[in-house]
Amino acid sequence: MRLTCTVNGKVETIDDVWPGESLLYVLRERMGLPGAKNACEQGECGSCSVHLDGILVCACLVAAGQVEGAEIKTVEGLAGATDLHPVQQAYLDAGAVQCGFCTPGLIVATVDLLEKNADPSDSEIREALAGNLCRCTGYSKILDAVRLAAVRLEGAGKH
Amino acid sequence: MEFFRPATLIDALALKSTHPTALCINGGTDVMVELNFDRKRPETLLDLSAISELSEWSDQGDSILLGAGVPYTRIYQELAKELPGLAMASRTVGSLQIRNKGGVGGNLGSASPAGDAHPPLLASGAAVNVASVNGTRAIDINEFFLGPKKNTMNPDEIITSVLIPKARGGQQYSKIGTRNAMVIAVCSFGIAIDAKNKSVGTGIGSAGPTPLRAHEAESYAATHLDWANGSAVTPEMMKEFGALVAAASRPIDDVRGTAAYRRHSLAVISGRCLKWAWTSTQDMRSK
Repeated sequence: MRLTCTVNGKVETIDDVWPGESLLYVLRERMGLPGAKNACEQGECGSCSVHLDGILVCACLVAAGQVEGAEIKTVEGLAGATDLHPVQQAYLDAGAVQCGFCTPGLIVATVDLLEKNADPSDSEIREALAGNLCRCTGYSKILDAVRLAAVRLEGAGKH
Repeated sequence: MEFFRPATLIDALALKSTHPTALCINGGTDVMVELNFDRKRPETLLDLSAISELSEWSDQGDSILLGAGVPYTRIYQELAKELPGLAMASRTVGSLQIRNKGGVGGNLGSASPAGDAHPPLLASGAAVNVASVNGTRAIDINEFFLGPKKNTMNPDEIITSVLIPKARGGQQYSKIGTRNAMVIAVCSFGIAIDAKNKSVGTGIGSAGPTPLRAHEAESYAATHLDWANGSAVTPEMMKEFGALVAAASRPIDDVRGTAAYRRHSLAVISGRCLKWAWTSTQDMRSK
């Protein structure tokens, strides 16, 4: 089938899509957007987190045919022309990146959290990021990064 | 593989009638796992996610009519007051990413004994509304589950909504697992106290071939709770209630836990649920 959807603000048309393949496969293998990572393919790890019509989802659990006409935002769509997104910068500055495989999913999930809740408590951060696994187990630095990003975004008046 | 994405329920029912083996997909959180791992290769995928009426809920006075595709996130954000038991259970499902997509219709369609929505639906006495080109019918939740991943639906039917009585007393849901997230229940328990009719409803998850009621425990609680004065649930009542819930379960040993562990933990969590739900029943009364 032919699939038309908006990815990171640009309308894209992709041909020869098998409707049962996942949005994750479409992004990575058909559109050359490898930011969303392929790990568990069953919604357990959160590495493929993207925004679908403004909602945080696992791209591996969305069928390609379901995103016809939808708006998708991936980690590739976060940074500006010159600057990283404040959440990306906070992950770097807090040392919240070890092997980096879980990082794109965690960053997308953190952006989602801070858009809804500018000043989350630790338990709110933990609940919001519970679906994103880091197997380097760097969770305390990840929490530091979320808190740092929250402070910076508050200061910048982005909420 | 054929893929259909009808925009209306009428179109979806017509497609399900001509393609009765079509696999319905909405949130995708169960179906896509099956597809990704090649466990299922349906000839036809029927995507219900574009049908707006399936993702709406409405207030019907004494009940909430919950569209089959309303995601769990919206259930606990929008219906925590009317459906506290289902809201609590919804908040324990998977992760935020899963709760943003998955809903009660898919849980019922999959009919896993471990489905988190099932115990609160049993405890509240919900009805599952299904539709086909031949019309609609409401299935009593007590009649809905036939066995592991088997329900009483016909191949041409689609789950459209669930009619759930609003809480008439305290409700609780408790679940055993290794984490507070991403857990398929080792066992789970839901309770709904009906202060108006002086009755108690229960639902046991993941401890039998289907979700189960604990009828004797319900009768015990209804006759032993102090409806007149609201005095607290005693440790003896918690113990007896828990024992009756455990006796109503029919668990097996599997990868997530042993039958003995499930019986024991059900006794513990159901006793606590009774106490908590009774306390919130009194709180509701005093307001």
